[in-house]
Amino acid sequence: MADTTVLLEYVEKLKAENAEWVADFKNARGEVTIFVPREFLVDVAWVLKTKYQFDMLVDLCGSDRGPEEDPRFEVNYHLFSTIHHNRLRLKVLLGEDEPNVGTVVTVWKTANWHERETFDMVGVIFDGHPDLRRILLPSDFDGHALRKDYPLRGYEPYSLS
Amino acid sequence: MGLENTIFESLPDVVTVKLDAVINWARKSSLWPATFGLACCAIEMMNSVSARNDLSRFGAETFRASPRQADVMIVSGRVSRKMAPVLRRIYDQMPEPKWVISMGACATSGGVFDNYAIVQGVDKIVPVDIYIPGCPPRPEMLVHAIIMLQEKIMKESVKDRRDTYEPESRESIVPGTLPVTEGTKLEQAMEEAVVERNISRPYSIPSRHEKRRSS
Repeated sequence: MADTTVLLEYVEKLKAENAEWVADFKNARGEVTIFVPREFLVDVAWVLKTKYQFDMLVDLCGSDRGPEEDPRFEVNYHLFSTIHHNRLRLKVLLGEDEPNVGTVVTVWKTANWHERETFDMVGVIFDGHPDLRRILLPSDFDGHALRKDYPLRGYEPYSLS
Repeated sequence: MGLENTIFESLPDVVTVKLDAVINWARKSSLWPATFGLACCAIEMMNSVSARNDLSRFGAETFRASPRQADVMIVSGRVSRKMAPVLRRIYDQMPEPKWVISMGACATSGGVFDNYAIVQGVDKIVPVDIYIPGCPPRPEMLVHAIIMLQEKIMKESVKDRRDTYEPESRESIVPGTLPVTEGTKLEQAMEEAVVERNISRPYSIPSRHEKRRSS
C-alpha cells in the first residue's frame, strides 16, 4: 500500500486555503480523491497548478452513475506533477437537471478535447469552454452514448441521409 | 521464337468475337482495388497481395490509394457511422465500372458490433457485389472473392452499364439509406441538355447499374 501522507497534506493545504473547497476526501488504495463543489472547481484547479505544481492533467473523464442515482454524473480530474511526482484526483458531482461545471481549459489546455469527449459521450456541459462540440460521434448524433439509459443500438436505425 | 509468332501462325489475321467478351475480359484481368482497410481484415487484405498468396496472379495486385484510379473497393473491416459518409464519397469518386467487395463479418453485417457506432452492413451505404464471411477471412477467401468477381464481370454486358437517368432508380432505393437529392443546379442544367440534345451523360448517382445491382 502506497503511503498517502504526502497526498493528505495537500488536502490539508487546500482546506487551509478555503474550507469550502474540500467537500469531502477519500483515501483508498494509495490514492487520494478530493470531492470539490462545482462552483470552486476552477479555483481549486488553478491553485493546485500554480501553487502546488500539479502541472499536468493526465485525464479528464465523466461517468454516469445511472438515472436512479443522485447526483447522477461525476467528472474526474487526474492530476500529476512532473516536479514532485505526486498524483491527485479531483471529483465533481453533478445532478441530472443541471450537469454544468466550469471549464478548466484556462488552467490546462489539454482539457479542451477531454471536455469535448465528456460532453459528447456523457452530456456534461462545461461552461466557458471555447469550442464545445462533439468530437468522437458524428455531429448529427442524437443523445449521449455513454449514458446508462442510452439504448445500445441507438434511438433510431441508421441512415446516411 | 516467342508466343506471338505461334499465335500469328495458328490464328487468322481477323478474329470475330463478342464485344462484351473482349471488354469484360480486359476489365476482369486488370482489377485495381482501392485500399479501404478499416480494421483487422485489412491485415489479411495486405497479406493476400504478399508473396505467399500473391493476388497478382489474378491481375489485382495494385492497390491504389486514390479512388480515381481504382475500380474495386474492398471494404475490409467495420464501418463506423462517422466513417460511412466518407466511404460513400470515396465510392462516388471511383470511376465506372466499379465493384464492391464486402470483406468480413463486420463489413457484411456489423458482425459482433451490434451497437450505435457501427453501420450494420456496408450494403446500407454502397451496393455490394461479393460478400466474404469470416472474422477475419483468410487471404485465400479474398483471392476466391476476386475470382468470383471476375466470373461475375464476365457475365456483364456493356449495354447494362449505359448510365442513363431513371427517376424510378431513385425511388427504388429504400428511404433513408442513400442521400436522395434533386442535384445541384449544374446537374439539373446537364439533365436538360441531355434531354434536349440527346447526348451522353457523365456518370451520376444513383445510376441504373446501381439500382440493378442493389435490388
